Amino acid sequence: MASEKGVMLLDFWVSPFGQRARIALAEKGVQYEYKEENLTEKSELLLKANPVHKKIPVLIHDGKPVCESLIIVEYINEVWSDKAPLMPSDPYQKAQARFWADFVDKKVYDCGSRLWKLKGEEQQAAKKEMIEILQLLEAQLGDKKYFGGDSFGFVDVAFVPFTSWFYSYETCANFSVEGVAPKIAQWAKRCMERESVAKTLYDPKKVYEFVCFLKKKFGVE
Amino acid sequence: MAEGELKLLGIWGSQFVIRVKMILEQKGLSYEYQEENFANKSELLLKHNPVHKKVPVLIHGDRAICESLVILQYIDENWSGTGPPVLPANPYDRAIARFWAVYIDDKLLPLLLDTLKAETEEAKAEKIAGIHAVLEMLEEAFKKCSAGKAFFGGDSIGYLDVTLGSYLAWIRAEERIIEAKLLDETKMPLLVEWENRFLAADCVKKTLPSVERVEALGRVLIAKEREARLAK
Repeated sequence: MASEKGVMLLDFWVSPFGQRARIALAEKGVQYEYKEENLTEKSELLLKANPVHKKIPVLIHDGKPVCESLIIVEYINEVWSDKAPLMPSDPYQKAQARFWADFVDKKVYDCGSRLWKLKGEEQQAAKKEMIEILQLLEAQLGDKKYFGGDSFGFVDVAFVPFTSWFYSYETCANFSVEGVAPKIAQWAKRCMERESVAKTLYDPKKVYEFVCFLKKKFGVE
Repeated sequence: MAEGELKLLGIWGSQFVIRVKMILEQKGLSYEYQEENFANKSELLLKHNPVHKKVPVLIHGDRAICESLVILQYIDENWSGTGPPVLPANPYDRAIARFWAVYIDDKLLPLLLDTLKAETEEAKAEKIAGIHAVLEMLEEAFKKCSAGKAFFGGDSIGYLDVTLGSYLAWIRAEERIIEAKLLDETKMPLLVEWENRFLAADCVKKTLPSVERVEALGRVLIAKEREARLAK
């Protein structure tokens, strides 16, 4: 990698992890070059920038790569600290934000994947778990505008990309996010009023097309 | 609890708990320790970590902080004026430290457990090779992070040192149980040198359990596992 000045993001269009980085960069008003990766044929650059995991997203800043989406978001927040702080300044509030972002990381994607990959009893178990996850997050959100309080923050960035997957989860597992966690549904709408989010997330129906493509690929009914 | 009092809920053998103790010691922070029993979790644990019901939990006054890596960063930020820093100052170095800490917990722990549970020599050899591969990655990471200094964190023990270092008793105990080298000075010479320096530090001597004690625990866990398997 040449130590070129500037910011580059190696990513995959529908990846919620990549979208976290895109939203953080947009919130901070950072100009960057976006590079779409073909995950079945990874580029030399990706393999060099992330030799350990060979995954997207990778942020390359002045030639130096940063990997893992939440680590990338913290990095973006610390480097471009003059605008749109994504973390509270109080250490305890920061700890809370990191805890809940980690919770989203551990739970939402895996459980969501099981909703479209599995059938029957296993799918029902995943659905029950997803509802619990959404309700826990709803309790954490409470009546706040965002997880970050009045300002859009780290947990909002961590979780919001998954809102474009809600339609897919609902359709595959037959439930309604609004029905089980109405405050989450409202929060999702509020986030879509932010330019950074509206310009990054894809239409839920388009995400669902992608899920259907994955289902075929994995041989799920 | 009075404002400012610290209490740590843990189990003695857990790497996740040990690393928090190491940093508390290094910062010179006094705290009360409560040993938990997983078969019988305390009210305090269930109250302060209702989501995961796991240790460690750091209770600071009336606040609870959960997840070891979150706790380490909390200690760093809340007591930034006391003792050496836990994370590096530079955002890029911080990102690298965070990356390797996540890598260590994601890769090393499952491999260590799977090696102990391996039922055939072949399976065991495969898992040992996996551990070697991870440690070789960390040898390279050490070269870059330490930049010639004593620790991953530079001159003093930091975030990444305690994340990996908290596994040392387990790694050495496991070597005795499986009768094979994991942290091999011929394959990872820098890490072995780092280990010696790490083990000599006060905050480690006071907190890392002995290899003998961990070995005894490891053997008990394997026996229980075998019993459970045979019972099925």
